[in-house]
Amino acid sequence: MTKLKQNRIIDSTFKYFGIFCTFFGLIVLAIFIFNILTEGVQRINWDFLSNLPSRRPAKAGILTAWTGTAWILGLTAIISIPLGVAAGVYLEEYGKKNRLASIIEINIANLAGVPSIIYGLLGLEIFVRTLNFGGSLLAGAFTLALLILPIIIVATREALKAVPKSLREASFGMGATKWQTIWYQTLPAASGGILTGIILALSRAVGETAPLIVIGALAYVPFVASTPMDEFTVLPMQIFNWVSRPQHGFVINAAAAIIILLLITFIMNGIAIYLRNKWQKKVNW
Amino acid sequence: MKHIEANNVNAYYGENHVLKDISLTMKANTVTAFIGPSGCGKSTFLRCLNRMNDYIDGFRKEGDIFIEGNDIYDKKVRVEELRQKVGMVFQKPNPFPKTIFENVAYGLKIQGIKNKNILEEAVERSLQQAALWNEVKDSLHKSALSLSGGQQQRVCIARALAVEPSTLLMDEPASALDPISTAKIEDLIAELKDNYTIVIVTHNMQQAARVSDKTAFFYMGNLIEYDKTKELFTNPKNERTENYITGRFG
Repeated sequence: MTKLKQNRIIDSTFKYFGIFCTFFGLIVLAIFIFNILTEGVQRINWDFLSNLPSRRPAKAGILTAWTGTAWILGLTAIISIPLGVAAGVYLEEYGKKNRLASIIEINIANLAGVPSIIYGLLGLEIFVRTLNFGGSLLAGAFTLALLILPIIIVATREALKAVPKSLREASFGMGATKWQTIWYQTLPAASGGILTGIILALSRAVGETAPLIVIGALAYVPFVASTPMDEFTVLPMQIFNWVSRPQHGFVINAAAAIIILLLITFIMNGIAIYLRNKWQKKVNW
Repeated sequence: MKHIEANNVNAYYGENHVLKDISLTMKANTVTAFIGPSGCGKSTFLRCLNRMNDYIDGFRKEGDIFIEGNDIYDKKVRVEELRQKVGMVFQKPNPFPKTIFENVAYGLKIQGIKNKNILEEAVERSLQQAALWNEVKDSLHKSALSLSGGQQQRVCIARALAVEPSTLLMDEPASALDPISTAKIEDLIAELKDNYTIVIVTHNMQQAARVSDKTAFFYMGNLIEYDKTKELFTNPKNERTENYITGRFG
């Protein structure tokens, strides 16, 4: 066999191997979604969305779960957005680029990779016990806010880094202070990237279960939360609870709840992609 | 009258000694051109005049610079006020990604001026001074980024003029523009001289010869020669100046 022929065989082998790898993930995902849809779609109706949990699968609904998810989403956003964006602005615009800064930078990047259960333990100690929030929405939101803070900080820094130096110079050259430059020029120019990062971070928070189990979110909540101090459950908790039941009816319920949860994350990711595209089109330096 | 006076200015980027003992004075209502090969320190010196180097890590300056009699590096000087008096136009047009009106009104807005009549008046006056009013008066609320490069640069000049500075620093203001836009900017400089003291950095020696009253030639961080423009270009005292202006190096 000539060397050339051998090389061509390697070349085409790798091509088919690559195709296989690409489709492997996609096919698994497709089977998963197909399964979920065939099991769950029939179960989705108004009653399913508006019923409280029940011991009988056919009567059980996800009202407490999706309202809990909405509460958590809102509270987490309120806590994490100002903290994360402000920290990102400080590190990128004010902080000196020295050793301390690079240590902080590495640590934030590492925090983004810490397993979420660790955040749950942290939340349990700080928010549930020390601050005495109990297993409330507030404790859950603070815990998830800590979890996604590194993502928002990193996204904010990256978006600010992408703003050209000439824009800052123009503003400083006009006699603007640092804060005026940030508020009137840099932040608006970076807002698309920051928003995208925030939405992706929040959609991660929506899917988290482990830290909420640790801080004591309940699987069975027979009422809709009305204040941040109420006990709560969220969609992933409800799903986790249902799939661990023996009756087949609950498995169908879980499939239906998964469809709702997927829908929420797909919509959030869609908004993030839309914002990113819109921003890229608008800003041409 | 001395408008700008620099005494024994030295500047460093970290270990790099980029300005070596620069002393010169500039009169009010004149145009001074800084010429010299890339990296000779002319832009660094220009940026010392409104303290734009302050933000660069590792930058250090020795010596004094006075503008209108005030030591601009004095601890009591607020750098924001200095930059309102000493405006700057950059090499690449850098309008804000906002409307033409908002661009020109920015300097007043950050001073806290909100009165619509004052803002409108200042915007019209500045755009007229920048010879742009007739071209944009019907599209003040369009994005400044929709204008041509030459128009964008004149928006930047109008923006600098709106806060009524006494001095205008221009860092190669026409190097990114086509010949027609360049000619417009040069005409503008000649007109603005009546009201402002202008310092312009340029790579284009013909441009320096056309627009300036005095020219300073920088080389390797030294001020080699500083004289009336006509004198410097027709009868240079220093051999290096002669070599540079005749194109033998640089």
